[in-house]
Amino acid sequence: MPQASIKAAMSGQPNCGKSTMFNAITGGSARVGNYPGITVDRLEGLYRLNGYDIHLVDLPGTYSLTSYSMEEVVARNVIVDEHPDVVINMIDATALERSLYLAVQFMEIGAPLVLGLNMMDEVKRSGMTIDTTKLSELLGVPVVACTARLGQGKDELMAEVVRLAKDTKGHWKPIRLSYGPDLDPILDKMARRIEEERFLTDRHDPRWVAVKYLEGDEQVMQAGKNAGPLSVELEAMCREAEKITRHNSNTTPDAIIADWRYGFINGLLKQGVISGGDELRRNFSDNIDRVVTHKVLGPLLMLGVLWLMFYVTFTLGAYPQGWIEDGFNYLAELGTTYIPEGYIQSLTVSGIIGGVGAVMGFTPLILIMFAMLVFLEDLGYMARVAYMMDKVMRVFGLHGMSVMPLIMSGGIPGGCAVPGVMSARTLRSPRERLATILTAPFMVCGAKTTAYLMLVAAFFPSDPTGAMFLVVLAAWFFVLVVSRLLRWTVVKGESTPFVMEIPPYRLPTFRGVLIHTWERVWQYIKKAGTVILAVSIVMWAVMTFPELPEDKVAAYDAQRQAVEAQVKTEHPGAADEELDKLLSEAQVPITDAQNEAALQYALGGRIAAVLKPVTDLAGFPWQANIALIGAFAAKEVFVSTMATAYSMGEVDPEDAGSLSDRLAADPAWSLPAVLSVFVFMLLYTPCMVTVVAIAREAGWKWALFSVGGSMAFAFVVSVLVYHGTKLVV
Amino acid sequence: MVMSMRKMTVNQRGQIRSVTASGEMGRRIRDMGLVPGTEFMVVGRAPLLDPVALRMKGFTLSLRNSEADFISVEAN
Repeated sequence: MPQASIKAAMSGQPNCGKSTMFNAITGGSARVGNYPGITVDRLEGLYRLNGYDIHLVDLPGTYSLTSYSMEEVVARNVIVDEHPDVVINMIDATALERSLYLAVQFMEIGAPLVLGLNMMDEVKRSGMTIDTTKLSELLGVPVVACTARLGQGKDELMAEVVRLAKDTKGHWKPIRLSYGPDLDPILDKMARRIEEERFLTDRHDPRWVAVKYLEGDEQVMQAGKNAGPLSVELEAMCREAEKITRHNSNTTPDAIIADWRYGFINGLLKQGVISGGDELRRNFSDNIDRVVTHKVLGPLLMLGVLWLMFYVTFTLGAYPQGWIEDGFNYLAELGTTYIPEGYIQSLTVSGIIGGVGAVMGFTPLILIMFAMLVFLEDLGYMARVAYMMDKVMRVFGLHGMSVMPLIMSGGIPGGCAVPGVMSARTLRSPRERLATILTAPFMVCGAKTTAYLMLVAAFFPSDPTGAMFLVVLAAWFFVLVVSRLLRWTVVKGESTPFVMEIPPYRLPTFRGVLIHTWERVWQYIKKAGTVILAVSIVMWAVMTFPELPEDKVAAYDAQRQAVEAQVKTEHPGAADEELDKLLSEAQVPITDAQNEAALQYALGGRIAAVLKPVTDLAGFPWQANIALIGAFAAKEVFVSTMATAYSMGEVDPEDAGSLSDRLAADPAWSLPAVLSVFVFMLLYTPCMVTVVAIAREAGWKWALFSVGGSMAFAFVVSVLVYHGTKLVV
Repeated sequence: MVMSMRKMTVNQRGQIRSVTASGEMGRRIRDMGLVPGTEFMVVGRAPLLDPVALRMKGFTLSLRNSEADFISVEAN
């Protein structure tokens, strides 16, 4: 017998346990994809039940179906365009009235609905009872009681899906709600006209289109403008309706529609669906919040939690990061041993293994950070952080939720902008989110920290702690100020309404945290891996080609041979082993000088030379120029490139004391030049891994804006700092 | 007594009279169930006294003072 196939969409409001139920049903077999053009994840999974293949698609969690956020537009479009056979709507039964508001909107579209009443264990504990049979009768929709975290109700839910799909056979029947005496007559008139003209009816129910017009839904009205002249007539009818509602109740049609929807739900629940319980009583979570969001204790606890997250991510993460780096070092050694010397070896070892290794080294940090972040979010703590910090962040055009990404990015030095940018996902306000993503890379990430430590040791040896502290303060200053500037210019617009549910504390399931974390990390590995591989190869080529001309190489070879001969005559009786050691020691300065010459000769060095007249405005020494170019690959490269540029061969970025001495001795590094480079380092183009992360979170347009914008801004500030300091000193 | 929601103190109960916000803010406020007739209690304020947290319809909601300005309530 061939398998019959059912298409089902999983919907629900945020924090309703939808993901938990989705994971329980699909057994974690879900595949993550993207909706084209936006960064909302699309999850799909499969469930089999006696002869039926049920294909599930997980809709983004939304409170309503307006077109104000991309999540809502996505949810609505999946329903309308993909026409699923059944829509499963998970309901937070502890907030039944608000949850049904979304369900009613699905019924207005006409999709066959199955309600999963989740959190039934909490309902029982709160002393409330819900009559599911009664609710089902009154709504005319199957209702299944569930407790998703225990997996209860999933089979019953899917059995209802199959039954409903068989009964309706893909036939949709929108319900007709009354929106009161002011609007109903106009609605009927509009719906009639829409039906007559077949206006948008290929996609939508006529009455639904009329309701959306009265609600002032921008997406539908835009589609209407393109569809035909009836839109003008409909808009006139809307204005007429508004005149009536203004006159009769001093309000707008969309407010009346919302009121009547809630009125419908309320009337239904009052017919004996809910009994017991006190909706206004503080629950357990509200009592915990007396401490967690307390005036004094709240912020202290938050600092503690942030610090702990930070500490765990970067301390614990250092071990696996070290193992991965060791693994890639081993691979590099293998490459050096087995691939014959030449371009192929250099490309494989320095370009590919080095570049990809740098990226893979971040994965443990991302894994740990995300596991904790997902845990805190599912627990409900992130909503409290937003609640406490919103007032401060709002001043700078940001959102309470911006705090976490900023700290992760290096608000406490040592962070990393990659997980920082990715964690901005928790922000549901698009403009605030974008401003956060664009400014978070200014923070002092771990890689910049190594560069600053080296520079600080060179130029501020008397007070390195104070200097580092100033760097961090400067980072926060620039992040907040630039956010404010961005929100006044390129991402301007009203702040998104804050109105936010503070969900009750709920212990997340281990499996849920694991699945969500892994989805993120895997996407990072896949996407970052490909682009970064390409950029690594380009960076390698820029630092390698063109090579020194043969006569120059021959000159260095001749020097080496001369040294060899000299060493041999000076130590006539030395054993071979000892001689080799003496030889390589004596030849190091020559090889370093050759590397320096090669770097200057290569494209990277030439670009640095070409840029010199420009960067002279900011007072950069040429070595800083080339090191800053190299540091686009990863900021720690700054130290190693500086070392090459100062003919020092291998320098461990973690212990760059000798390099610091060399810099301190170089007169090119005047105080204005030092400060200028300090500021530039803080603000200029994020490293390529971060750029890829920005592209993934906000699109390539904004990633390129970040590249160009940060570069221009950093340069201007550096020039100002350089000349400003020169005036004072 | 009818007043703006901003003026309410912690632990005070009230009932919503009208919501005058329009556009996106109006929709967000109404979508969460802040419609006329809704009963609620103020359960907390953030450390800097803004936003405010309400208990209503079985859940806890927070909103900024600037949003509460659009909501007039009958306070008990």
